[in-house]
Amino acid sequence: MKESTIMKIHYGTALASVGLVAVHILMRLTTGFADSLSYENVLANYQSIPYVVMLELILILLAVHGFNGLRVILLELKQGRVYEKAVSYGCVVAMIVLIGYGSRTIIMTNMGMV
Amino acid sequence: MAQVSSIADEQAPNPLSASKSVLLRISRFNPEFDESNKFMEFSVPYQKWTTVLEAILDVKKHFDHSVAVRYSCRQATCGSCGMLINGKPRLACFTKISELDSDVVTVEPMNNFPVIRDLAVKFERLFDTHQKIKPYLIRDDTELESDQREFLQSPQELENFIQFANCIKCGLCNSACPTMTTDSSFVGPQALAQAYRYVADSRDKGKDTRLDIIDESHGIWRCHFAGSCSQVCPKGVDPAMGIQFLRGYLLGFRS
Repeated sequence: MKESTIMKIHYGTALASVGLVAVHILMRLTTGFADSLSYENVLANYQSIPYVVMLELILILLAVHGFNGLRVILLELKQGRVYEKAVSYGCVVAMIVLIGYGSRTIIMTNMGMV
Repeated sequence: MAQVSSIADEQAPNPLSASKSVLLRISRFNPEFDESNKFMEFSVPYQKWTTVLEAILDVKKHFDHSVAVRYSCRQATCGSCGMLINGKPRLACFTKISELDSDVVTVEPMNNFPVIRDLAVKFERLFDTHQKIKPYLIRDDTELESDQREFLQSPQELENFIQFANCIKCGLCNSACPTMTTDSSFVGPQALAQAYRYVADSRDKGKDTRLDIIDESHGIWRCHFAGSCSQVCPKGVDPAMGIQFLRGYLLGFRS
């Protein structure tokens, strides 16, 4: 993939994350802070499909943005063909693992398995 | 260990001799023998028009001819005498001692360049990256027919790139660039500014080729827009602006 395409995704995920995280924080403010973080309320949030979709989107956006940022930092830190391939593929794998694990948590909670 | 020598004491007085002197600290380093650099100190007389290069050449002439320094035109045209002067990348021939407003002038080789000896550095990386972006007009009809004239431009078309054509390849921008320090594969502000110089040239048809060259993992996207390249350019070129314009092409904001 061209670096410009990757950076377009990088900037896009940053902007989208800011928007969705703002919505997420605003929804936390609909109740008191302590209530918002109580165990039952947190689980209850996962029963709302639109909210679950938003959480999943935030997870994907932040994982893509964060791991690409990490890739860029590591590429600037050190150079070398093997190192750069390891960093690039390593970041993609780590991103997929994080999204997979987070999605598993979201789906299991939504289905009442937690 | 610093060694202080005074040229002013050795020279016979004359009506034009300076009333002021400055302590010139010159970094000495030979990678073949030395593990780290050391500074030699010289007391050098100067007048208000004396440049740092002239002071260094005074040292070479009167005290230590082994000081290695690259220079040629002495008028900020050849780009040979770039060095760190009191910590900032500057051309030695374009920097007057009186303008530094300091009693001590420290000269070191430029950052981000391998040192050959003392103040002389290797330019291979700069020339390689400069060559990489194809610094010439690309078009199918480069060879003119006998009845054709040169490729004409309007003043407005010239204005789009003329400041970038002032680059003298002195390497000061690359020396000031923080990304160049850590990323040994980064193409650098000099080459990127020259890429823009040709992309913005109405006579050139190689825009897509050059954008492809700089659109890689150690290309234009590794610039963090520190802007130090533009601050140190002795010819008024603004590489940081050129880089942002190039990003505009790659992001689809410019065509």
